[in-house]
Amino acid sequence: MTTTTVKDKTEHFTPEVRAEIDRWIAKYPAEWKQSAVMGALMIVQDENGGWLTNQLIDQVAAYLDMPSIAVYEVATFYSMYELKPVGKHKICVCTNVSCMTNKSDVIVEHLEKKLGIGFGQVTEDGRFSLKEVECLGACGGAPMMQIGKQYYENLTPEIVDAILEGLE
Amino acid sequence: MRSWKAWSKKRMANEVCLRTLDLERPWLLEQYQSRGGYEMLKKILTEKMAPEAIVEEVKMSGLRGRGGAGFPTGLKWSFISRNAPGQKYVVCNSDEGEPGTFKDRDILRYNPHQLIEGMVIAGYAIGATRGYNYIRGEFWEPYERFEQALEDARSAGYLGENLLGSGFDFELHAHLGAGAYVCGEETALLESIEGKKGQPRYKPPFPAHFGLYGRPTIINNTESLASIPMIMEKGGEWFADIGVKNSGGSKLFSISGNINNPGVFEIPMGTPFSELLAMAGGMKDGHKIKAVIPGGSSAPIIPGEQMMELNMDYDSIAGAGSMLGSGAVIVLDERNCMVKILERMSYFYHEESCGQCTPCREGTGWLYRVVHRIETGQGRQEDLDLLDDVASKISGKTICALGDAAAMPVQGMLRHYRDEFQYHIDHKRCMIGVG
Ligand SMILES: Cc1cc2nc3c(=O)[nH]c(=O)nc-3n(C[C@H](O)[C@H](O)[C@H](O)COP(=O)(O)O)c2cc1C
Ligand code: SF4
Ligand code: FES
Repeated sequence: MTTTTVKDKTEHFTPEVRAEIDRWIAKYPAEWKQSAVMGALMIVQDENGGWLTNQLIDQVAAYLDMPSIAVYEVATFYSMYELKPVGKHKICVCTNVSCMTNKSDVIVEHLEKKLGIGFGQVTEDGRFSLKEVECLGACGGAPMMQIGKQYYENLTPEIVDAILEGLE
Repeated sequence: MRSWKAWSKKRMANEVCLRTLDLERPWLLEQYQSRGGYEMLKKILTEKMAPEAIVEEVKMSGLRGRGGAGFPTGLKWSFISRNAPGQKYVVCNSDEGEPGTFKDRDILRYNPHQLIEGMVIAGYAIGATRGYNYIRGEFWEPYERFEQALEDARSAGYLGENLLGSGFDFELHAHLGAGAYVCGEETALLESIEGKKGQPRYKPPFPAHFGLYGRPTIINNTESLASIPMIMEKGGEWFADIGVKNSGGSKLFSISGNINNPGVFEIPMGTPFSELLAMAGGMKDGHKIKAVIPGGSSAPIIPGEQMMELNMDYDSIAGAGSMLGSGAVIVLDERNCMVKILERMSYFYHEESCGQCTPCREGTGWLYRVVHRIETGQGRQEDLDLLDDVASKISGKTICALGDAAAMPVQGMLRHYRDEFQYHIDHKRCMIGVG
């Protein structure tokens, strides 16, 4: 396997980010550092305001001694990695069957109107983006959404308003 | 084997995986221990119980995999040659992606220690000293809860080296996914832990021979593994007796849809669906039950009246042409348009296909596009036959079962609701309400 063009891997990332990635590396056998790639991508994505640049992907590759192409494959395969800028608050609304039959469309419409954006878009001030997601394993609280790391269940337009107001 | 009347007398709930649920902060180590948690592990380790005896007990329990396929857990464990040299692995599947399923999240949130104990026992039984729990990436809160539990278990000596002085080591870590339904498929999950995109592997070889990092591996669902400590404590026979023939034990049912009190109910296998529906508060706003998806979105739909006569066990549901799957029950009332429901499901499978095999990659696209055009009033007379045809060309012809999972709901819908699809084609609109 070829490693990358990046020379000194310790130049990348803050010490805190490196420590976090190292925590992931420690979970796997020494010869399987690449198992930490998913964790590492998530950490640098969070650190970068929620999305991955090509440069970050290359840096993760260098840090884990992986070919860049292997990290690109991972970054493009999984839906939680963002390859374009997202809002400070990424609002993910589930529209799968249990949520759909509990009127997730009303929630989606409300959010679209309130924020003036559709799925896949970011508000002009960069505060919010909207994303349609598949079942998040919380159908008992349908309709539901996820913002950042938090789940919000049993939504109504009023509850959505209150949640958004509570965000910084 | 019991009749359902006997079940009514028993009326047990939350006695296996959710046995701490009535306690305050049930996820804490002290709480788990107050219910006898980790006692079984201590006993196994101090008495140096024969690993084969554990596998036998699990076989006797009649526990079948709770992830969806229902494969007997004890049998799966017996495929591992425990004396083979080198590393072996225990992997837990907490990917919980099958639409409608939300039970493993509750195990992770409310009783993480029981899963840990189950995984250590599994490791002891198959001679593995390392384990991973694959948690879906969106489950950040459950992941943190589980990580905390791991730390506490480690401090208490239930994880690490030389557990309780027994000479047995077991280390366990959580892996976090990043959004991909197909990673719930066991070999895709292993690829994902290996830091690759989650594309299923050809089988054979099966994970028991070539699993994580190419080593012998057992992979089980969260609920399957969390059931182990109670099976060992009270005995395989006790567990089997809770359920019915071919369906041992109790099971977590995630019930959602148009009902008053959706949630997770841990009840005996063989419980009548009507009882489960009653526990879940019955139909919302006095609406009529139209149909039920009994085992996650890939399980063929069953009309409501028929479902009211069935019991929640493998054989009863299979007898109606569907499957118990992950125990995810989606209840739909008469206001639902079946074309719309199927359109949404087909969209899902198309989105989530990993694209590796042509019948699945192309077929799921066809299914979605055809159902979509029927739903939007563009349907053609030949479309229903086309759907049948495409579905049958996917079934059984793919590397993993995602292809079948996409085809089965289509077949179920056309079996029971063909007239609704026909109406859409004929009238270019829905027969339900305003649609
Ligand atoms: C597309 C697909 C998705 C799956 N998703 C899950 C899942 O989210 N959780 C799970 O436990 N099993 C899932 N399975 C089943 C697993 O492949 C495997 O059978 C299971 O983890 C084995 O554990 P068990 O025998 O304890 O059920 C899925 C299978 C397929 C084909
Ligand atoms: S059946 Fe579909 S999801 Fe499974 S391996 Fe083939 S293309 Fe991928
Ligand atoms: S359908 Fe929305 S969380 Fe499951």
